[in-house]
Amino acid sequence: MKFKTRFFAYPYLIWMVIFTLAPIALIVYYAFTDKSGAFTLANLTSALDPAYMGVLWRSVGLAFLCTVICLVLAYPAAYILSRRKNGGVLSVLFMLPMWMNFLLRTYSWMTLLENTGLINTLLQAMGLSTVTFLYNANAVLLGMVYNYLPFMILPILTALQKIDHSYIEAAQDLGASPARVFLKVILPMSVPGIISGVTMVFMPAVTTFVISRLLGGSHFMLFGDLIEQQFLTSGNWNLGSMMSLFMMAIMLVSMAIMNRFGGDTEGRGLI
Amino acid sequence: MKKIMSVALCLAMVLSIALLSAGCGSSQPTISVYNWGEYIDMDVLKQFEEETGIRVKYDTFGSNEEMYTKIKSGGGKYDVLIPSDYMIERLIQNDMLHELNYDNIPNAKYIMEKFRDSAFDPGNKHSIPYMWGTVGILYNKTMVNGEIDSWSALFDEQYAKKILMYDSARDSLMVGLRQNGYDINSRDEQELAEATQTLIDQKPLVLAYVMDEVKDKMIQGEAALALVYSGYVIDAIEENSDLAYCLPKEGSNVWMDSMVIPATSENPELAEKFIDFMCRPDIALKNIEYVAYSTPNQGTYDLFDDSMKNNPVAYPSDEELARCTFFHDLGDYNEKYDEAWLKVKTSN
Repeated sequence: MKFKTRFFAYPYLIWMVIFTLAPIALIVYYAFTDKSGAFTLANLTSALDPAYMGVLWRSVGLAFLCTVICLVLAYPAAYILSRRKNGGVLSVLFMLPMWMNFLLRTYSWMTLLENTGLINTLLQAMGLSTVTFLYNANAVLLGMVYNYLPFMILPILTALQKIDHSYIEAAQDLGASPARVFLKVILPMSVPGIISGVTMVFMPAVTTFVISRLLGGSHFMLFGDLIEQQFLTSGNWNLGSMMSLFMMAIMLVSMAIMNRFGGDTEGRGLI
Repeated sequence: MKKIMSVALCLAMVLSIALLSAGCGSSQPTISVYNWGEYIDMDVLKQFEEETGIRVKYDTFGSNEEMYTKIKSGGGKYDVLIPSDYMIERLIQNDMLHELNYDNIPNAKYIMEKFRDSAFDPGNKHSIPYMWGTVGILYNKTMVNGEIDSWSALFDEQYAKKILMYDSARDSLMVGLRQNGYDINSRDEQELAEATQTLIDQKPLVLAYVMDEVKDKMIQGEAALALVYSGYVIDAIEENSDLAYCLPKEGSNVWMDSMVIPATSENPELAEKFIDFMCRPDIALKNIEYVAYSTPNQGTYDLFDDSMKNNPVAYPSDEELARCTFFHDLGDYNEKYDEAWLKVKTSN
């Protein structure tokens, strides 16, 4: 039995080495070398350029906003779904758009929101004036929330569904009001779901690119766009790698914070 | 479930690698061609395979820089590349191109006289012109006042939030430099700084910085004016007759995409055969009809009907063309252009 499980781990191990460890090692190598391959810290100083840092903070800020909005939208949705008998079927509806390609979904938002898009044509037909939806930060935020919302709903829904109903009944039997039951029992017990939801939204949100180009009209860059540009247009893989390291550092820090936070509350929830 | 998935994924990977290596094992002569996306009539490749028995592996790129990065890093062995002027200059400077043997390319005689001695490749020792075009302003006649004939239109406040620019350092800075009366290949820090400031000042007027989407957006009437490559124009005007094209009087950029053979090619003779085929007037005609840029091929041009021959978008007068300049490779100065463009993009 023991042998068998080990055997099954090998492909995964090989997979990790080839597709996770090796690329990270390459990124670190590129980040600390120059074009000729000699060791240098020059990439670090260029990456700390205020213009780049501005872009980085904007990305982090936007990702944070996106995560908060997703959480606010997703929790009630997940809660309602978990209360319903047909919640499973309904949650598939949330998943359905994800079966389509991400670019395609973002392009369709473009078609909807353009100045000559579907919504504005409709507004015009009703005799109303048109609204410029696209080409600003809000449009980018909308695109991000739309794309990442399912990643928030699903883990929270799973956490809520896993709650043993007898806890809730016990609380009710002991005279807790519905609000109190929610705050003292349901919410604390769903925190692990919230944590994984937040992680699953924040991580891709902070590395977002393309959305800012399609919906934001490229008016402002996100850090993901900047990295893409270093690799594809400027051909400066070294600086691009250093920027990727920055990104990884942010992710590690945010994961560490989330883990600590998660450990605590989970313990409290059980008491 | 996870285990099954990971095993399945591994199997898929192993299988695909096996298939790939099997594909390389065939004995049929093969060349690989690396070209811009949507830049050839795919039937031409089929016809080439049928006529010569040489198989063609075909890949596409989205920008010259992307192509260069891939070639430079040794990713993918190619026999024919079709990059633009300034990139060919860079490839030549880095000794990355094979010198052409014109004896194997008899159809090169169809290339127009004026394109046989290019600024980026004197004597065209390494490159055979494929298609060319200009950069100008595509505008919607119903959304502008009067005739558009100058770059100044892109800086006119009455068109605020109705202007589309390219999200590309060189194309946009070209406009900034020209607007200030400077050379589009300027290596002067002061001139570049002024051009950058001009573009930063323009930013509030710009609706969006786009790439290929520009064509659809202009056809829909999303914007009044757009910086475009001339190749989009004929199609766009066909779909929306309110559109018109202007090659600004201050002069602009003219570009040429040419066929070259990288020095690493193992089959330069076959590659030359392919280039020769692409120069055949009937083949070049097929491509130009599909892509709608401008042909440098006299034999193909002679096959056009008069309306196409006299099309001012595709074939501007020699006098207009004389005001246009090719891009040159900026070498190390490229970084300055990238930095300048980043300044524009990150300014608020």
